[in-house]
Amino acid sequence: MEADVPLDDLLRPRSPPAAVLVLGYGNPSRGDDALGPAFVERARAAAGHLEVPGGIEFLTDFQLQVEHALDLIGRRLAVFVDASADAPAPFSCSEVAARRDDSHSSHALSPSAVLQVYADVVGGPPPRCRLLAIRGESFELGADLGTAATANLDAALEFFAREILRQDGGP
Amino acid sequence: MAFELETAAHPEGLTRVAIDPVSRVEGHGKVTLMLDEAGHVHQVRLHIVEFRGFEKFIQGRPYWEVPVMVQRLCGICPVSHHLAASKAIDMIVGAKRLTPTAEKVRRLMHYGQMLQSHALHFFHLSSPDLLFGFDSEVGARNIVGVAAAHPDIAKKGVLLRKYGQEVIRMTAGKRVHGTGSIPGGVNRSLSAEDRATLLKDIYQIVSWSREAVHLIKKLHLANPALYNSFGSFRSNIMSLVGNDGALDFYHGTLRARDDNGKLIFDNVDYQNYRQYLSEEVKPWSYMKFPFITSLGPEAGWYKVGPLARVQNCDFIPTPLAEAERREFVDFGGGGLVHATLAYHWARMIEMLHSAETIKDLLHDEDISGSDLVTEGEHESRGVGVIEAPRGTLFHHYRVDENDVVTFCNLIVSTTNNNQAMNESIRQVAKRYLDGRQLTEGLLNHIEVAIRAFDPCLSCATHALGKMPLEVELIGADGSLVDRRTKGLGG
Repeated sequence: MEADVPLDDLLRPRSPPAAVLVLGYGNPSRGDDALGPAFVERARAAAGHLEVPGGIEFLTDFQLQVEHALDLIGRRLAVFVDASADAPAPFSCSEVAARRDDSHSSHALSPSAVLQVYADVVGGPPPRCRLLAIRGESFELGADLGTAATANLDAALEFFAREILRQDGGP
Repeated sequence: MAFELETAAHPEGLTRVAIDPVSRVEGHGKVTLMLDEAGHVHQVRLHIVEFRGFEKFIQGRPYWEVPVMVQRLCGICPVSHHLAASKAIDMIVGAKRLTPTAEKVRRLMHYGQMLQSHALHFFHLSSPDLLFGFDSEVGARNIVGVAAAHPDIAKKGVLLRKYGQEVIRMTAGKRVHGTGSIPGGVNRSLSAEDRATLLKDIYQIVSWSREAVHLIKKLHLANPALYNSFGSFRSNIMSLVGNDGALDFYHGTLRARDDNGKLIFDNVDYQNYRQYLSEEVKPWSYMKFPFITSLGPEAGWYKVGPLARVQNCDFIPTPLAEAERREFVDFGGGGLVHATLAYHWARMIEMLHSAETIKDLLHDEDISGSDLVTEGEHESRGVGVIEAPRGTLFHHYRVDENDVVTFCNLIVSTTNNNQAMNESIRQVAKRYLDGRQLTEGLLNHIEVAIRAFDPCLSCATHALGKMPLEVELIGADGSLVDRRTKGLGG
């Protein structure tokens, strides 16, 4: 991070990232809030069977924050995966656009807010981003993933491999 | 006991306004205001729905799982819980003194956490208010506004946070849920490659941190009437202090001062914290109210965190931060600074100290050593205390003969500041809300006061749809008069 290097260059990754990013987030010890990390764990295990041009990278975190905007740099597609108390079962899949919503400047950003940070701090067009919102029911500390949530997770994984990667994972 | 504006004398006939939850504060927080028909404030309370059940979550697990499991309590400062629990378990495995490499690797991890947490708070959570004013248009107050008006600040904020997280990743093993700290030491030291990577950037990080101190100092000194009075109150202060009186986030003894700076206690071994601190339960809050036992709940409450730490220590053991501390102390004119907004100034001095400490640790050969773990005669009880970004954090465990945790008590930083935060918003309510029409800008004043403490109300489920932002106006007859909801989706 030399002083004479432009800040914009410092924001960029030091080596080319995988073309596709899957970012699952949530607390693994809060019941169905574990859906995001559980999705990543299972999708990563199956990744050897997936043919994704440019490669695929998996990340997990407790919640989204400003630094995740940097994780989007150089991607072709980013898929955010989260538990949702509002989504219809088993899941919903939607496009994510940059937006100044009310999660800005909070400890937990929405995917739209992360894209807004990307637009304002990184600049330029972001990758295509999709949100896979998997229906969850119970979010108690110490609880395991529920039966219904597990079934929803299965359906979301199948959709991810069949639809998202097939439609959007290619060049 | 009750403080002024804690409980209305005649709640009947008052209008209740709820800010639910506080929008830029992690987790589930709610502020309720009770106003009479003329708009005069009669009751102000900060409610935090948190923490109950944490102790149960830990009990029944073998002690060696604890340093990793406790990270799941909090998505904001998992490293703080990781290290406080490790220090407590150190006592249980008889590791009274860690190897030099183990202690320095843990310190590096912790100071990386302090750097990234303070950077996020200042550059992304608070600077919108501080740079644009509390009454400015909402869109301008968020990070987008900062980026548009001060593009370098937003970028440097992201890069400072990224650097701190890289320090955590390299010492803890993973970006989240690291396993680096284990009972009696660490399971890795810093590799030569990682050390070189961090060393390359640390001078820039120190420079940017110093710029941040200068920026907040400039803001404070440019408007002293506001910064010195906003949400301010006098109180005791408490923190860990290094054994030589130095500012130390990782280890030391407990020191408390009264509002004039006079020592209440000093050199207290935190293994005996229960002889000095008590916790009061109030019927209207899930969160306890700690106080210094000898002073009682009315006079014994205190504040923790940057403003307490920077003034409680005798010196800061890094030169640039020490120069800034001296200037801060001079600003106080011989007394303690109690200005709530001075938390930001103190926090940036701490960020600079964190950056300087990281630099020093990276130049220390022990950081890449191979002697990682020590152990001694096992005990059944252990207390671990560190200074987390938000203040003093206590972890206390007991284990049985099968090494299973049978008792757990946590006093987290935000709990230590519970009464202080309530006091601050009462001051703001009296000064800015009393008798006036409620506006978004005025309500934001309440949040500005709370944010200064950088509370972590965490441990909340963040799942989509689970964190609506709600403002409710309830009429004197209990009916819902008005309600505004702001969900994460927009």
